[in-house]
Amino acid sequence: MAEAHKDPQEYTLRIRRYDPESGEAAYWDEHTIELEPHRSVLEGILQARARFDGSIGIRCSCRAAICGSCGVRINGQPGLACHTHLDKAKASSRDGVIEVEPMGNMPVLKDLIVDMDAVHWKKIQRVTPWLVNKEPIPEREYIVPARSMVDVTQTMACIQCGACVSDCLSMEVDPLFIGPAALAKAYRFAGDPRDAEHYQRLKDLSEDPHGIYDCTHCFKCIDACPKGVAPMSQIMRLRRMAGDDHGIVDRNNGHRHEIAFTSLVRDNGLLWEAELLPRSYGGDSFFAKFSPAAGAELASSLPAITKALIRGKVTPMGALKPHRLAKKDIGEVKSIYEKVEGRDERYELNLYITGYDEDDQQGAEGMPSAETGQPGVEPEESPSR
Amino acid sequence: MPQHDVLIIGAGLAGQRAALAAADAGATVAIMSKVHPVRSHSVAAAGGINAAINPADDWRSHAYDTVKGSDFLGDQDAIEVMCSEAPDEVMHLEHIGVTFHRNEKGEMDLRAFGGASMKRTAYVADITGQAMLHVLYEQLLKYHESVERYEEWFTTSLIQDGDGACVGCVARDIRTGQMEVFAAKNVILASGGAGQCFKPTTNGLIVTGDGMAQAYRIGAPLMDMEMVQYHPTTLVENGFLITEGARGEGAHLLNAAGERFMEKMAPNKMELASRDVVSRAEQIEINEGRGVGPEGAGIYLDITVVPKKRTLEALREIVNIGKDFAGVDITAEPILIRPGQHYYMGGVKTDVNGATPIDGLYAAGEVACVSVHGGNRLGANSLLDTLIFGRRSGEHAAARAGDMSMPSIGDEQLREDARWIDGIIARDKGGRRISEIKEELGTTMNRHVAVFRDADGLAKAHEVVKRLKEEAKTAYIDDRGTVFNQDVLGAIELGYMLDVAESTVVAAIERTESRGAQYRTDFPERNDEEWLKHIDINANGDDTPHVSYSPVTITQWQPEERKY
Repeated sequence: MAEAHKDPQEYTLRIRRYDPESGEAAYWDEHTIELEPHRSVLEGILQARARFDGSIGIRCSCRAAICGSCGVRINGQPGLACHTHLDKAKASSRDGVIEVEPMGNMPVLKDLIVDMDAVHWKKIQRVTPWLVNKEPIPEREYIVPARSMVDVTQTMACIQCGACVSDCLSMEVDPLFIGPAALAKAYRFAGDPRDAEHYQRLKDLSEDPHGIYDCTHCFKCIDACPKGVAPMSQIMRLRRMAGDDHGIVDRNNGHRHEIAFTSLVRDNGLLWEAELLPRSYGGDSFFAKFSPAAGAELASSLPAITKALIRGKVTPMGALKPHRLAKKDIGEVKSIYEKVEGRDERYELNLYITGYDEDDQQGAEGMPSAETGQPGVEPEESPSR
Repeated sequence: MPQHDVLIIGAGLAGQRAALAAADAGATVAIMSKVHPVRSHSVAAAGGINAAINPADDWRSHAYDTVKGSDFLGDQDAIEVMCSEAPDEVMHLEHIGVTFHRNEKGEMDLRAFGGASMKRTAYVADITGQAMLHVLYEQLLKYHESVERYEEWFTTSLIQDGDGACVGCVARDIRTGQMEVFAAKNVILASGGAGQCFKPTTNGLIVTGDGMAQAYRIGAPLMDMEMVQYHPTTLVENGFLITEGARGEGAHLLNAAGERFMEKMAPNKMELASRDVVSRAEQIEINEGRGVGPEGAGIYLDITVVPKKRTLEALREIVNIGKDFAGVDITAEPILIRPGQHYYMGGVKTDVNGATPIDGLYAAGEVACVSVHGGNRLGANSLLDTLIFGRRSGEHAAARAGDMSMPSIGDEQLREDARWIDGIIARDKGGRRISEIKEELGTTMNRHVAVFRDADGLAKAHEVVKRLKEEAKTAYIDDRGTVFNQDVLGAIELGYMLDVAESTVVAAIERTESRGAQYRTDFPERNDEEWLKHIDINANGDDTPHVSYSPVTITQWQPEERKY
């Protein structure tokens, strides 16, 4: 049954304040509120606002993680204020005081309110965010596989809160990166069988230097998302659709780089750095390493390589000499490849279909996951195989 | 001064649908909202949308269920319009991209819902409102050249010309605090309900009755205001909504003895009787000591009888809500619920085109009262209402704009509103805090204007509301700034809520019978002879509500005893 009823306790909130009209820099403001431990940080802020200071700025409405208004950073982690319990927030704080700041990667307008139009919504508009209908439009509904609608419902579940955008590392480095939220939105159309422009969408997102190959797989967006949309997984699915299904070889070498990466691991069991760049440009053959584009890229990378050598991060022998696992181990790596590549269709992680990450076989029937890097997802143990 | 053929205030489902329809009809359109459109409370609608799309179904059956659900207070001409146009509207939504759940043949799947004689609720898991709202917003982005968007603009007043027609509004850009006059040949109010008059409520903090009060203040009548829906399944913890889809999928309601008590009140429909009936049954169990949980103040909703895979796929949002907000795994154990304020059946009185009695002013969605819901709305009819009457008002307003010239208006109202707002900001700290008044209003309404009502309680509520209206005049705020001054908007919203709450209480006192959501313990029977009529509330000019009546339109279904 529900958690036993707990008495209200005192919690101190340290809220980042910024008043654009004051001419002053942002500052910290502390308030102590009293609420039950399972109440949300948002409720704490609202109590502080109701009792002590009505000028604390935060967007909020539903209080139930569905309207997407109250994206903030709590103790440095992005998320919804309404979706974070006070006791958990306190436990994750540095000094027992719950720190609430505005989201990152977006300009702050006032206190906890950021300018989502300037970043988030602009990027959403970048991906042609509407269905381009497959013709002819039927008189009744489009007849489509049941699974396909459940599949895109995972990205439909995005509430546009901006938590993933807030902490996207690629966007920090490249502010033009289309980013996790907008690319998840793009999947919602690229994965929708009623859309007529799958190829154009994927081609566009592959060719854009700030597109799907600009993601660095840091997983931050997956951690940040309060709705299980797993934006990075959607970006990886866009890549697989673009490269594998539509054969789109992009001018950013994103697709060739992936092939180079996975084929090196398949053949050697380990990554061989000196081969990665030539193969990414020229392909898998011996002569590919003399591809002029690879040479130019190699030359432009020299300063970074030199630094890495000086600091001892790589050794010349280690980088240049092919290194491989023992033969027995390579055999095992290969058998994993064979198993995954031998499937009739790709397995994709989708919470609406597979249940919880940690869920047992019951929820995972029909469409188990082979998405890499998802802790707790162990497709090998699924009896549905 | 911005000028538009059609200006829509509110950007939830009704407003966005109206904007797209008006743009399709060739009008110049703007849509204004105090929040970003996808934050609108339509986003929280969970279970689905009703339409007779199954070839074995008939819109007349849907209409009859709706009439019966309304306890015969719904206007049958309007209900016929809504239900007969429903299938095309839902297909349109499918075509623009809503990811409706499919059956194994790839057709749209339908789930059971309360008060319906067959499965006719199309759905997207239990995020139907969210899916629809976000898809409509996708369309607004597509229509970016034909629909102007004013996001995070707060309407302070509607403007009338010398003949009383509505010709625009005054609004404040929340970001900058700048005030602006908008001229419009037609204004469509689509700003939602007024759930924040109650505490707890399933409604978001933004649902503060703005449109109802704005229309009321310029003389538009509010109709059926006593009809406030208490949803049968809201979390005891905090009032959050647990979708009716749970019961649609087969979940049970259990009292302390583990009995499915709905047997007593609705032996045929059981948990899927209409919402007023289920909420009353629950409240009786609680009042008579058969409730569960702390102080016996709740009822068990047992979703474990639904297959787990189905729950994870089709009820995923409430799996999350149970886990995150009540610490309950609903696939493994029952969850504690009770009736909670959810929906205003009443609102600004309109005809079937969304037109109010004030020229140039339309209303659609929860802010309006057509009246298709009468005394009690069926689950999954609200999304339908927003779309049908949003579209119709958009089309009608665009057509009306065709042969009109742009009204010319001055800035008198703007200056008055600016003075009003500056006055609030400048108030000294002598009075009460806005938040205290709001809290007292919410708890009072929830205590006396809830599932069961009587003359004494309603009189008490009336006294409190009148006092709070006075206190609100001197209530103070803390924020003296202009950029995102949410504090001053809160003070204006409180005024809107008090107007709406007062009309609710006055109408509930007036109706001395029990019908739909209005159950008077001192008048426990339905009384068709005297009360088969709507109560209209008008502003009286002296800040008190004036009561009048209007007839219920009956086309083909005569009132009969209501049994489930």
